[in-house]
Amino acid sequence: MTVTATRTPSRAPAKPSLRERHPGRFLVLALLLVLLLLMVAPLLVVAVNAVKSPADYASNGPLSVPTHLHWDGIVDFWNRVDFGLKLLNSFITSLVVAVLGVVLSVLNAYALGIGRVRGRAWFLVFFLVANLLPQEVLVYPLYYLSKQIGLYDSLFSIIIIFTVIQSAFGTYLLTSVYTEFPRELLDAASVDGAGKWRALWRVVVPVSRPTLAVLFTFFFIWTWNEFFLPLIFLISNDNQTVPVALGVLQSDRMMDATTTSASALIGIAPAMVFFLIFQRTLTRGIAAGAIK
Amino acid sequence: MAGNSNTRSRGYGLYLIPGIIASTAVIVVPLVMTVYISFTRWTGIGSPRWIGADNYTRLFADANFWASFGHIILLIVAMAVVPTLLGLVLAAVLFDHVAKHFGDRWAAVLRSGYYLPQVLPVAVTGIIWGWILHPSYGALNKIMDAVGLGSLTRNWLGDPKYALYSVMAVMIWFQLGYPVVMFMSGLQRIDPELYEAADLDGATWWQRFRRITVAMIRPELYVVLVTTTIASLKIFGQIFVLTRGGPSNATLVPSYFAYKNFFEKAQVGYGSAIATVLTVLIVVLAVVFLRLQNRAERS
Repeated sequence: MTVTATRTPSRAPAKPSLRERHPGRFLVLALLLVLLLLMVAPLLVVAVNAVKSPADYASNGPLSVPTHLHWDGIVDFWNRVDFGLKLLNSFITSLVVAVLGVVLSVLNAYALGIGRVRGRAWFLVFFLVANLLPQEVLVYPLYYLSKQIGLYDSLFSIIIIFTVIQSAFGTYLLTSVYTEFPRELLDAASVDGAGKWRALWRVVVPVSRPTLAVLFTFFFIWTWNEFFLPLIFLISNDNQTVPVALGVLQSDRMMDATTTSASALIGIAPAMVFFLIFQRTLTRGIAAGAIK
Repeated sequence: MAGNSNTRSRGYGLYLIPGIIASTAVIVVPLVMTVYISFTRWTGIGSPRWIGADNYTRLFADANFWASFGHIILLIVAMAVVPTLLGLVLAAVLFDHVAKHFGDRWAAVLRSGYYLPQVLPVAVTGIIWGWILHPSYGALNKIMDAVGLGSLTRNWLGDPKYALYSVMAVMIWFQLGYPVVMFMSGLQRIDPELYEAADLDGATWWQRFRRITVAMIRPELYVVLVTTTIASLKIFGQIFVLTRGGPSNATLVPSYFAYKNFFEKAQVGYGSAIATVLTVLIVVLAVVFLRLQNRAERS
């Protein structure tokens, strides 16, 4: 659902007309900047206090500049929750789900968008509903069944579930892309003697790579941020993902101000890194996910 | 279907097999099971005992159930209505004013900044605000004390009178960027000449906003309203981390209510009934929105 973009997709470059500027215009800009400050203030406050010593926080409050950089809170917290392991768990889960989710979406969309199999409208509704359902309506049977087959409390269970849930959206988006797929390319491939399987991997996938990259990015970030199902399925310390580790700790234990902000900063950091890495793909995502 | 494309479409069905098997195992079977369990009494151990519609009659008499849906209505205001209205104005001002008079770069920077909260995991959002709003060591009360507003400090999340409003404020902060980004991408479609023509005709800013901006991005408007409304019905992570539905159920929401019955009270049948009602509500809502959207597109 979180379709994102970070830059204005190119349009005719605006010409700032300096001569026309007058105070009213700057007033609007100033108001927008105040709002921007309000939006990022919580993150700034977190960053400032994550590197403060508890004594510094107690005597100078949340808004003061740290008297000196105090990394102990972050280091202690990192070690206490074995954060390196949680990062690895999150990373493996998100990466595998993103790859498998894209593959499954491609297979579904190949049949529905290019193959136009009978009843494709119903299949689309079927997949779309899978994406709409609240996870609460799936969780208990999934919990029960995974216990029966010995997959409970393993990353594997989460990977299977999210591959299916994410690919529901992927199927929906890719099918609409593949419906418009240039027929000449497919005809040329079949003239060259390529079967359906070869046409899929040699023609369809390479041509639609930009859209697949967008899907990969969405799936990765969405899976990274998931909380509800991982909270229920990944109960042992060794299997927790980043949001679960942080969320459980937060609601179970009393922590002091600087430790809490250290933990929040540790949680923010990977999200920000992905945001920066994936910026360009996400910008294109707006075009891929645009409403026609 | 023409004969030619008919022969071509044969054999593609094979490619649906993995998807159908996976979706059946992960979506269809659990969904059917939950609906079935909602008609039973079950603790999660042993076999479920059929009790007909008892869970539902109990549910509709449960004050907590109605309260949780009441809270959802306020959360729809905070997550769907307010961000959409604010987002409309912001997107229009960024597109029509900031980009025009100060350059695209300013508009892009502001938009990214507003969007920032959306990229964080919800659990982390909860941690940030849980700390800021904490009564004794939280940043907000400390700041208010420092600037002489000490009399207004509150136990923001711990007082049943204020907890839900605090959560609402957090959700507005969290959601605002999404409509801004969606609406601005929709505005790219607008031909600048439309605005120029309106200018020549002496249209006021408000008239241009209503007649051009809002009219042109109606598709995005629908999408944003549907997705944010459904997101408010599903809200769980922030509630779990911020308040766990408390204090004294003041911030209870359906998904947390279901979670509590499943995993804390071992009332799996009752939890399943809550989840089923929530699902029906979401699907009905989505269908209604889709119908409205189709009708709007046709006219």
